[in-house]
Amino acid sequence: MSVDHATVRKIASLARIAVTDDQVEAMVPELNNILGWIEQLGEVDTSAVQPMTAVIPNVLRLRDDVVTDGDVRDAVLKNAPQAEQGFFTVPKVIE
Amino acid sequence: MTNLTDLGIAAIRDGFKAGDFTARDVASAFNDAVAGAKSLNAFIVETPEIALAAADQADKDRASGSLKPLSGVPIGMKDLFATKDVQTTAASHILEGFVPQYESTVSGKLWNAGAGMLGKLNLDQFAMGSSNETSFFGNVISPWRRNNGDTAALAPGGSSGGTSSAIAARLVPGATGTDTGGSIRQPAAFTGISGIKPTYGRCSRWGIVAFASSLDQAGPMARDVRDCAILLENMAGFDPKDSTSLDLPVPNWEAALSADLKGKRVGIPKEYRVDGMPAEIDALWEQGIAWLKDAGAEIVNVSLPHTQYALPAYYIIAPAEASSNLARYDGVRYGLRDLPDGANLQDMYAATRAAGFGDEVKRRILIGTYVLSAGFYDAYYTQAQKVRTLIARDFDQAWEKCDLLLTPTAPSAAFGLGEKSDDPLAMYLNDVFTVPTSLAGLPAMSVPGGLDALGLPLGLQIIGKALDEQTVLNAGLAIEERAGFTARADKWW
Repeated sequence: MSVDHATVRKIASLARIAVTDDQVEAMVPELNNILGWIEQLGEVDTSAVQPMTAVIPNVLRLRDDVVTDGDVRDAVLKNAPQAEQGFFTVPKVIE
Repeated sequence: MTNLTDLGIAAIRDGFKAGDFTARDVASAFNDAVAGAKSLNAFIVETPEIALAAADQADKDRASGSLKPLSGVPIGMKDLFATKDVQTTAASHILEGFVPQYESTVSGKLWNAGAGMLGKLNLDQFAMGSSNETSFFGNVISPWRRNNGDTAALAPGGSSGGTSSAIAARLVPGATGTDTGGSIRQPAAFTGISGIKPTYGRCSRWGIVAFASSLDQAGPMARDVRDCAILLENMAGFDPKDSTSLDLPVPNWEAALSADLKGKRVGIPKEYRVDGMPAEIDALWEQGIAWLKDAGAEIVNVSLPHTQYALPAYYIIAPAEASSNLARYDGVRYGLRDLPDGANLQDMYAATRAAGFGDEVKRRILIGTYVLSAGFYDAYYTQAQKVRTLIARDFDQAWEKCDLLLTPTAPSAAFGLGEKSDDPLAMYLNDVFTVPTSLAGLPAMSVPGGLDALGLPLGLQIIGKALDEQTVLNAGLAIEERAGFTARADKWW
């Protein structure tokens, strides 16, 4: 499988990364080179194999159903590029 | 008087306890070394005042008889660990200026154990790289140079390149690293130091900037095996805030160190003899085998038949997880925001991420997004996770015949900056010996074995069974005692 210009634009859009025409031009061969190399995994017979889910056997723990955080609004907002009146702000989303 | 920056972790801890010097003397000596080594670019942020404050506390604690395990010991912190009130960037532009309001579990444990922080160490951006050339804050330079008069800047390895460079240059006696596919072991090998990636789950990932969560593990890097054991004891331990943290007691690795390997069987995996590997690395591997025999171990040949598929599986799994983990950088909650005139929310996300991520990070996010996208998920991601099962099974089968494995750490000595940075695949191949262990979650360590013909360090890798860090450390000690590696980079910086 290989990617073309349209696919690279599509992936970049899904990943929310703006790309210029020149960048797409450069990325197509670069990504195809890498994807061509990982194709070799197709050689491996995995018909009777389960996908790995955990490298070290472990159980998912349940914690007590109690509030463990909160009341830290200022700390949460401290690094926000733009915060106003105790909220994160973003550009207008509804016209 | 001894040059304090020549001392390792154990020597500082013990000398301080014995009253040979004050913690302030030690911190000041290392602060001066850090300040005098700007040309290595090993640090993103220097924190001399934090190191001094911890030292003063240690001096008080000594006077009052309440010493902690790492009292008096200053260390470096890879800038992937969130440190409260100290900028944490993962060497990225998108996190430039981010000042965490919380402390990572691992760094918090080290401070609670009495250690002080000399600064935040440079790394490959989001820990993605093998040469420390992807940092937004510039390349880290290795203190090592070739001995043929060539003064070309060499890579300190990656992603923990600031850590390896700073330790090799004696700017810090030890520091934290993180290892996703070899980011502790390969830089340790490139700079003639030691480093151990423990079993996945030993060290909490809470507060470490995430790259690939099923692979990321913190571990120590230092000048020798004992120092690594000391640091690891103070980094490991159960943390309810990390769902993959192992709820197990932390062994006393330092106290149990022993270079006697009688009764241990060392496996030599034939698949690690790769084409084009320099003869010197092969020779060092043979030497390592002889050293472990001399320490009482029995050598057996083993096979890890899926080794060649580890790297391509890794380069599906790690980017897939990264594309998901790095989705959080949106220009809203923290970090960079790029808001072009008239942009809507979607434009802002895309512009922020375009401006904030470096080329290698974008490359991996795009690959990860592609392999997880509708129609390709099974062919790439599920297949890679199945291959991962086979790779882990290879190790399980090897453990029927042996207790640990010995391999080279990297397929070459340190290369020059710029030599591989135009070819992502050539760069990825550097991790050929370290990635399989990461995929299987096993503990593994690199220790220096010798120098190549150009005077550059070469490392040997020891891989152990899950949770058997002790045998890994012991074998590392056995090699260390026999290798007698005392070479260090001549100061030019």
